[in-house]
Amino acid sequence: MLKISVEKIDELFKAIAEKQTLYIPTDREDGASEYKKYEDGMKLSGNLNTLRSAKDFFFPQTENLADFKMEGKKIEVIDIREEAEDFVVFGVRACDARSFTILDKVFLSDPVDSYYKNRRDHGTIVTMACTKPAETCFCQTFGIDPTEPEGDVACWSDGESIFFKANTEKGQAFVDSVSGLLEDGDTTKLDETKAKTKEIMGKLPLANLSTEAFGGDKLMEHFKSEKWAELSESCLGCGTCTFVCPTCQCYDIKDFNTGNGIKRFRCWDSCMYSDFTKMAHGNIRNSQLERFRQRFMHKLVYFPSNNNGEFGCVGCGRCMSKCPISMNIVKVMKALEVK
Amino acid sequence: MQEAMISKAKQLLADGTVTRVIGWKKGEFAYDITPAIFESSEEIDRDFVYDDFTSTNVSKYLVKESKKEGKILAFLKPCDTYSLNQLTKEHRVDRDNIYVVGIPSDGKLDIEKIKAKGITGITGVERDGETLKISTVYGDETMSVADVMSNKCISCKSKKHVTYDELIGEDGEVITSDRFDMVEKLENMTSEERYNFWRGELSKCIRCNACRNVCPACTCENCVFNNPDSGVENKAAADSFEENMFHIIRAFHVAGRCTDCGECSRVCPQNIPLHLLNRKFIKDINSLYGEYQAGADTTTKAPLNDYTTEDCEASIVHERGVE
Amino acid sequence: MQVNDNKEFQPLIVAFCCNWCSYAGADLSGTNRLNYPTNVKIIRVPCSCRVNPMFILRAFQRGADGVILCGCHPGDCHYTSGNYFTRRRMTLLFSMLDFLGIERDRTRVEWVSAAEGAKFAATMNEFTEAVKKLGPNRRLEDLRCRKQ
Repeated sequence: MLKISVEKIDELFKAIAEKQTLYIPTDREDGASEYKKYEDGMKLSGNLNTLRSAKDFFFPQTENLADFKMEGKKIEVIDIREEAEDFVVFGVRACDARSFTILDKVFLSDPVDSYYKNRRDHGTIVTMACTKPAETCFCQTFGIDPTEPEGDVACWSDGESIFFKANTEKGQAFVDSVSGLLEDGDTTKLDETKAKTKEIMGKLPLANLSTEAFGGDKLMEHFKSEKWAELSESCLGCGTCTFVCPTCQCYDIKDFNTGNGIKRFRCWDSCMYSDFTKMAHGNIRNSQLERFRQRFMHKLVYFPSNNNGEFGCVGCGRCMSKCPISMNIVKVMKALEVK
Repeated sequence: MQEAMISKAKQLLADGTVTRVIGWKKGEFAYDITPAIFESSEEIDRDFVYDDFTSTNVSKYLVKESKKEGKILAFLKPCDTYSLNQLTKEHRVDRDNIYVVGIPSDGKLDIEKIKAKGITGITGVERDGETLKISTVYGDETMSVADVMSNKCISCKSKKHVTYDELIGEDGEVITSDRFDMVEKLENMTSEERYNFWRGELSKCIRCNACRNVCPACTCENCVFNNPDSGVENKAAADSFEENMFHIIRAFHVAGRCTDCGECSRVCPQNIPLHLLNRKFIKDINSLYGEYQAGADTTTKAPLNDYTTEDCEASIVHERGVE
Repeated sequence: MQVNDNKEFQPLIVAFCCNWCSYAGADLSGTNRLNYPTNVKIIRVPCSCRVNPMFILRAFQRGADGVILCGCHPGDCHYTSGNYFTRRRMTLLFSMLDFLGIERDRTRVEWVSAAEGAKFAATMNEFTEAVKKLGPNRRLEDLRCRKQ
């Protein structure tokens, strides 16, 4: 398998960044890690569990859709779409990589979202196998193997070298473009690392969490559950879980009057917000219980129902560590699966 | 402490003083504690917890809970009682429908700080005096409690309960803290340095509204940022201006009402030091209009609802501090 | 009349004037043929106390380079005490803007009575000059609103 030694990773980054924009997870002052545009001297974080997911690069929190100019009674629509530039997102975890399968189902099925597709076409996802899963990790619940990540290119580290394997055409092009820096390597130590990670996965507190009680056919049973009242009573109705989630894909479209024209933009929306379902005739979800239920029903029941059993969660654990009151999908699943 | 609280709660439920209890419920791990309402002693026995991670200020829940049928028992830490007092003053809670048991707090821990040390796979946290023993799937770690103390507890302003019906343990005193040090440090920077500092911090904002929704002073039924008729309703900042506006207006709206409970910074998923904005207002109010602590009592007028004919002019901003 | 050199920066100044004193003061400066810069756009408000901090921020968002708030002298408020509240509010707001690194000379409160036409003109001249020196507002602008 092709590899590069860990010491030479900076050279690799430099080589990629020369040709296209590169984003890598890097440590912040407060100890958290986040994706940043690569600049010389930047170090790859040892913590791939970034604050915000890689979703941001393909489906940003806000983006402009179109501009309008008005002169008298004439309205001119200006298409501001441009071909995106090529970019690489390096160090995506297996769970986050799977989130693109879910997002693709939403944005790339007919009618195709051209804004998302544009970025998808030009972005190369380089994943990185996990070696140090956290207690909040439960990707295995959704059938994800953190040691065998998907993505255009998959990477593994055994502590000394980083190994590369292209999974797609785009990924092959990426590997070819840096092949001068890569050499053939032996994977014995890597296999040990993988085995060690798998062993740890088995020891994690959420290792036995199961999706058995959920899926498209469990709709009324869960919808009518009495547990929602208790589960949702302390929910603050903020959007933290939604905005750190790699699979949440709801958005709102709004017009902004700039004083010399109109900018139509979209921004992430959250089903936890009180005005999420506000329409001309009123609001259909008036209590936090209904909004809270919507979020988890969507991930665990509605999404699999519409997508051949694929769940709308990848077990990345961000909502678990970020919720201000520590209510999360795992607590919901555990409460609901008890009859 | 937890045992004393559990027996107190069970006793008050049994003798009919209260019908419900608001407290904290244990989670999946050692630290993910959720505020919860308990209605029976079985529930309390099963889930009630009070430990180093029960930092949530439950007083905001009382806005809703105190309006329900039957009295509710609330266990409040000293800082939480300031919030409740402020809410009482603003007629946002029905104080007669709340039975407050004051509980001491010797500081809560911040799990984020523990994780920031590179510790992961946490399966247990045990406090032994001033040291913390953390067990993880990767082996055990020890660290000093002081290192991972929650920011809001490091700059604790008071160990005194300003409102309660009953106390467990001894009441403490108002303490002098160095909570304004960072504000002062920023004031002594140049305008450009301050601008760069805040741009760096506020640009992290994802507009999740956690700071607003957790804030015991933010109890408007319809926030201006949720009101489509306000012209400023926005769900995400499409421009850096909106990040600034949201945080300036929010801090301004709670100026003179903020008790400095520190919840805004605690819940921020991006670790923005939002409390500094509130502390700036508190510091200005203290120095320009006289010492004032929101929530210390339920009678004094809030500084922004009050004036004297001798107040300083706005030009004072130009005359002091660093340009 | 002097033709402005296009290259010289011309700030946009928004002046909130209370109906009872400062707006009348602006009128008086006009009837007295006193000059004040055309950069100043006046917004009339019933009382200086009507000005919500949001108004100030929105003015900056929409392209103002400086915002000045004028009201009755303390003690002379048409509504008895409105301007006293204004004074506290604006002191705190301006202090916060300063804290966030927004240039402090972009904001000002000035008390102008209905008889002070000359003070109104002088204040506006002086304020416009001060803002002109600072250059365009970049720290509290909304890029979307920038004129193309």
